[in-house]
Amino acid sequence: MTHRCLVAKKRKSWHPLDDVAVLTSHDTGHDTGNGHSTSTGLSNNKMAMWLFLGSECLLFGGLISTYMLYRGRITQGPRPSQIFDIPFTSVSSFVLLMSSLTMVLAVTSAQRKDNERTKLWLTITALLGATFVGGQVYEFTAFYNEGLGFTTNLFSSSFYTLTGFHGVHVTVGVIMLLSLRGIISANKDTGDRAEVVELIGLYWHFVDIVWIIIFTLVYLIPA
Amino acid sequence: MNATATDTHEQHDSHAPGLSDATAIKIALILAAMTALEVSTYYVDFGAFFMPVLMVLMVVKFFTVVSYFMHLKFEHQMFKLLFYTGLGLALFVYFVALATFKFFS
Repeated sequence: MTHRCLVAKKRKSWHPLDDVAVLTSHDTGHDTGNGHSTSTGLSNNKMAMWLFLGSECLLFGGLISTYMLYRGRITQGPRPSQIFDIPFTSVSSFVLLMSSLTMVLAVTSAQRKDNERTKLWLTITALLGATFVGGQVYEFTAFYNEGLGFTTNLFSSSFYTLTGFHGVHVTVGVIMLLSLRGIISANKDTGDRAEVVELIGLYWHFVDIVWIIIFTLVYLIPA
Repeated sequence: MNATATDTHEQHDSHAPGLSDATAIKIALILAAMTALEVSTYYVDFGAFFMPVLMVLMVVKFFTVVSYFMHLKFEHQMFKLLFYTGLGLALFVYFVALATFKFFS
């Protein structure tokens, strides 16, 4: 093969990021410990997740602020004290709290490369999350039947928006957990499996800490 | 590479040792006990301590999960900065909204 052919073949398979990766790895990069090199020495995936969670704080901060401002605006419809079922919501809170424990156990299992236990704890966490969401759907239905619709008053609008957004986050978390379980079962994941489990775990714990605030401010402190 | 640099890289390792299972269970039990205490305020009259007890328990539970379950206490400063900046801004938004609606309306 002539030199020209070799150059042409090389150019065809040339990818710009390959050069960057080589340069980063050899000259300026730091190993993150999982085979990837970054200029900071930190995992980019993990940094992105923490940045995302920081921005989520702002989202829920806005929703909680709105609820706190409008919680007393009850011109019509039932009052929260008349419809809130604290024992029921306490059990839901306990379920979500325990799902954080099972998520930690999934992460430690993944770090030990114990796939069977990782899948088991991911499944249990997803089931606990689904139980929480089911409880929320039941609660919303009961409130609606009691006469508290989304547009009944400012309290109900802010209440349903805040707790609904949280419920959507839990639902997304359950989908991510089940998807991850499926990916691990099919052995189709690429990259660092323990880190992926840890990142989804961070998201899961975040929805738990948001509920810690919601449970106290919305349910336990009367409007 | 000198020893300090190696140590720093070990801290950055995404496989840095986390909680042991036993410690995680102990922390979960403490969190469950705090939740039970929170719920008890609904049934037992705490008088003037009602609000402070709930607020302290909420904050302690929040930071326990963040520090230990989310492992942030043992993470790099950059991750702490990213998360606590968001949290600080959220609190700032709350106080601004409160001030706007309560004092300037």
